[in-house]
Amino acid sequence: MEKLYTKDTQAIFWNNNKTAIQRMLDYDYTIQRKTPSVAAIVAPTSGNKFEKFFYGPDEVMIPLYKTTTAAKKEHANAEVLLNFASFRTAYDVTMEAIELGGFSSIMVTAEGIPERLARKMNNTARNAGVTVIGPATVGAIAPGAFKIANIGGTIENIVNSKLHRAGSCGLVTRSGGLFNELSNIIAINADGIAEGVAIGGDRFVGSVFIDNMLRMEKNPEVKYMVLLGEVGGTEEYKIIEAIKDGRITKPVIAWCIGTIAKHFSTGVQFGHAGASANADAETAAAKNKAMAEAGIYVPASFNDLPATINKVYSDMLAKGIISEIPEPKMSLVPKVRRSKQFICTISDDRGEECTYAGFPISSVATPDTGKGIGDVISLLWFKKQYPQWATEFIETVIKTVADHGPAVSGAHNAKVTARAGKSVVESLVTGLLTIGPRFGGAIDGAAKYFKYADDNDLDPKAFLKYMKGEGVPIPGIGHRIKSLKNPDLRVTGLMNYAAEHFPSTPLLDYAKSVEALTTSKKENLILNVDGTIGILMVDMWRALGYSESEINEFIESGTLNAFFIVGRSIGFIGHVLDEKRLAMPMYRHPMDDILYDVQEAEKL
Amino acid sequence: MAQKAIREYDGKTLFSKQWENYFSGFHYGFKSVLVKSGAELLAKAEEHGFEWLKQEPLVAKPDMLFGKRGKNDLVLFKTNKPGDVTLADAAKWIDEKISHTTTLLTGQHGTLSHFIVEPFTPHSQEQEYYISATCVGEDDVLYMSAEGGMEVEEGWDEKVNEVVVPIDMSDVDMEHAIKANIPADIPAENRVVFESFAIAFFKFYRDMNFAYLEINPIVMLDNNEMAILDLVARLDDTAGFLMKDVWGDIEYPTAFGMEDQSPEEKAIADADSKSGASLKLTILNPMGRVWTMVAGGGASVVYADTIADFAEANGGSIADLANYGEYSGGPTTSETKFYADTIIDLMTRHKDPKGLDKIMIIGGAIANFTDVAKTFTGIIQSFEENAEKMKEHNTKIYVRRGGPNYEKGLKDIKEAADRLGLCIEVYGPETHVTDIVRMALEK
Repeated sequence: MEKLYTKDTQAIFWNNNKTAIQRMLDYDYTIQRKTPSVAAIVAPTSGNKFEKFFYGPDEVMIPLYKTTTAAKKEHANAEVLLNFASFRTAYDVTMEAIELGGFSSIMVTAEGIPERLARKMNNTARNAGVTVIGPATVGAIAPGAFKIANIGGTIENIVNSKLHRAGSCGLVTRSGGLFNELSNIIAINADGIAEGVAIGGDRFVGSVFIDNMLRMEKNPEVKYMVLLGEVGGTEEYKIIEAIKDGRITKPVIAWCIGTIAKHFSTGVQFGHAGASANADAETAAAKNKAMAEAGIYVPASFNDLPATINKVYSDMLAKGIISEIPEPKMSLVPKVRRSKQFICTISDDRGEECTYAGFPISSVATPDTGKGIGDVISLLWFKKQYPQWATEFIETVIKTVADHGPAVSGAHNAKVTARAGKSVVESLVTGLLTIGPRFGGAIDGAAKYFKYADDNDLDPKAFLKYMKGEGVPIPGIGHRIKSLKNPDLRVTGLMNYAAEHFPSTPLLDYAKSVEALTTSKKENLILNVDGTIGILMVDMWRALGYSESEINEFIESGTLNAFFIVGRSIGFIGHVLDEKRLAMPMYRHPMDDILYDVQEAEKL
Repeated sequence: MAQKAIREYDGKTLFSKQWENYFSGFHYGFKSVLVKSGAELLAKAEEHGFEWLKQEPLVAKPDMLFGKRGKNDLVLFKTNKPGDVTLADAAKWIDEKISHTTTLLTGQHGTLSHFIVEPFTPHSQEQEYYISATCVGEDDVLYMSAEGGMEVEEGWDEKVNEVVVPIDMSDVDMEHAIKANIPADIPAENRVVFESFAIAFFKFYRDMNFAYLEINPIVMLDNNEMAILDLVARLDDTAGFLMKDVWGDIEYPTAFGMEDQSPEEKAIADADSKSGASLKLTILNPMGRVWTMVAGGGASVVYADTIADFAEANGGSIADLANYGEYSGGPTTSETKFYADTIIDLMTRHKDPKGLDKIMIIGGAIANFTDVAKTFTGIIQSFEENAEKMKEHNTKIYVRRGGPNYEKGLKDIKEAADRLGLCIEVYGPETHVTDIVRMALEK
């Protein structure tokens, strides 16, 4: 890996840190990235499926997942994990991601991960070839390509510090606060940075100065490097070694902060947890001296660092090693943005003609388009173009459930309401409101329970036992009068259609084995029309390639019921119009059809 | 931060609590008490379970993190001959020690206040061993020697065997490595016993999240009886949330000779512990003339560095630097005000002995996410309350800051200072972060 990040790098952001993610997207928009740098967010405790963010003036939705595994599965290309978990969980999150594989780098922001865990985490990452940035860091940036969370600060500061496009300096620091400062110094005194990493303030960090600087040595955009070290540790000596043995050949400017520590023998902790000199060689003064002796450009003090940077840069510019960088085009993030109240992902009426999931109405409406109501449903309900066998199945279902006579509760309600003088829509909704667990709901229930049994490999006997335990009759099984000998022809029709047109019907096959068992007990315990529809819908979605979790979601959200609602509305409207046509009077239920059992209220 | 020293007594308590889990083949009596005075010791001796204080000869020594107590003549183990110290002797000795300041050979001085008292353990030099473990670089290292006591540190290289245990080494390999490196001069009859003790010691060190653990000497008596004569330990306090139940409510004392924290430092530490932001304050010299209020850990270091550099280059000294500290991580307005109040209060307590102006450095790098205007609001509120005091001490304020909303922050603080008649200079990211130090001190 010669570059830590490119303009195509995408990340999974662990923790829904909205401000930081918005800063990343503002950066992406400013530098005109093609895709947002955050592909997905892991939010273990959120019930939401996505979070809205601004991308320039518009809004985009970034999907939320409960686990890294789920996010990575859907976004295999996102090979950076931004681990914003707390010090309590950051270790587990990193270890899970390394185990999962597919991440080239993991940034860990938490400060104060137990040292033993940090060592284990860093070691595991190193063995797996994963670059860890942090812990206890604000992150890293590849200007013009990818920026982690808050590094670089506000978008104004980013542009002022020339962090919107690659310069020629490779920058490594421990401190996150001073990283910004150094970026600014380098922008003022040179042409900005090409790649920068704040390695983090904890004693044990994943990638140290040398790891990052050896990578920058290979990065052709980096012409020279700036290292801001700290009192404590011996990491700076590894740079000296690398210069001596030729692994680093680019000019290096360096300074170790914490020269103050020499004035105080004990007790005062200057700077980070990693910053404490245990030996003379670890003092800032000793390191600055050793680095200067090794040919590194070391200023007389931190206050002189800008001048040193300017000198090295100007020399390289004069020698033609560095050339002037043309300023790229930027997009301006609007100052004022308003979040949208509603989201629509199915139809769009903003153009010449309204579209259903991208298809103009005229392209699906008339018979010559070859499209039917099943196609319209597949577009508006599922945002997919279903194949003909599926759209025709949907139409078959709708036609099959359109009506079942005036006596069923929904139709009866609609008729009574119509006779009370109410309008078509009022009468219709009265009928529709009857649809639920007892009326029409068997479609949902059958799909849910049969799928559950099939998913869990329950044999028919075990399934019956399970349902007995649940204390509910099996939805979709049983008919008032129909039986195996006297089959329901609607069911026969649906089954025949499926046999002929469906690629396969695993759930129906299973349901039939259940039916064989139930009918052996009582012959009217057949698979009824509700059950058949629910089960075949699951088979349809499976054949269309939906995942089991997507199908479960359809069931949970009541999609199956929706087919019944659409179909039966046709029948209800028929009954309502029938009543209007017949001008039937107000209905009053005969008193002799009511059992009156009223007792005087007891005094308490 | 991260590694914190604990008292010998607390270290031994931890050993005793975990003894059966790690050292089940061995026996450890754990007769130790921690007392602050002779009276407390005498009272302790009346408690059930501490009868040994009256029955056995005793050893008493300070338990205040520093080592080399023997060389400092701070171990009471004899009055006339070793092993004749009675309870009354120990109590008397402690009372004498707490009555005056003590200066160690290192020059650290202070008043002794905590003592550990234990039974005197008669043993021979041959029964003393050395064992310790710590983290070096990325690896754990176990040190073992057949010689314990003060002698081990002289001739360390010849006398001590090291076992390096990388973080991912399996227990089988670790045990093998320890067995292969048992010091050759451990007598053959003790070798196996020492091996199993060393392995258990390493696991205890590792599982308890010690950063450093040393027993010198550990005394192997008959019948697998172990006596931990002297113990030094540091814990990795970041593991505190994992170890809460095991460690218990363990104390992290300040190093001997370090002045106890001032009320102001304690108040800031207290505010820090209750906040999501970071507030740190160390008073270096209450009489100093340069007071800093710097945002960010890294920036606070470079400001301190630069103040030291310029003070020395301009006829001053490091003594000019009055405090070290930082505020960061998005403190609230009231937290910032409290921090500023504290600094200004400390700064205006003493007139500069040479009659020089007081300098207040309100510095900081370019913030990543802290709202500069918001934090400055707290500082401005503090100015409003303290302006008269600041003027009395001829306070010159130098401000340098960048980051979210910095233009407003700088403008607000300038306007407020001007309105209050305070002397102020204000700079943004176009000025080098520490250049205000040069401006302040070159004058």
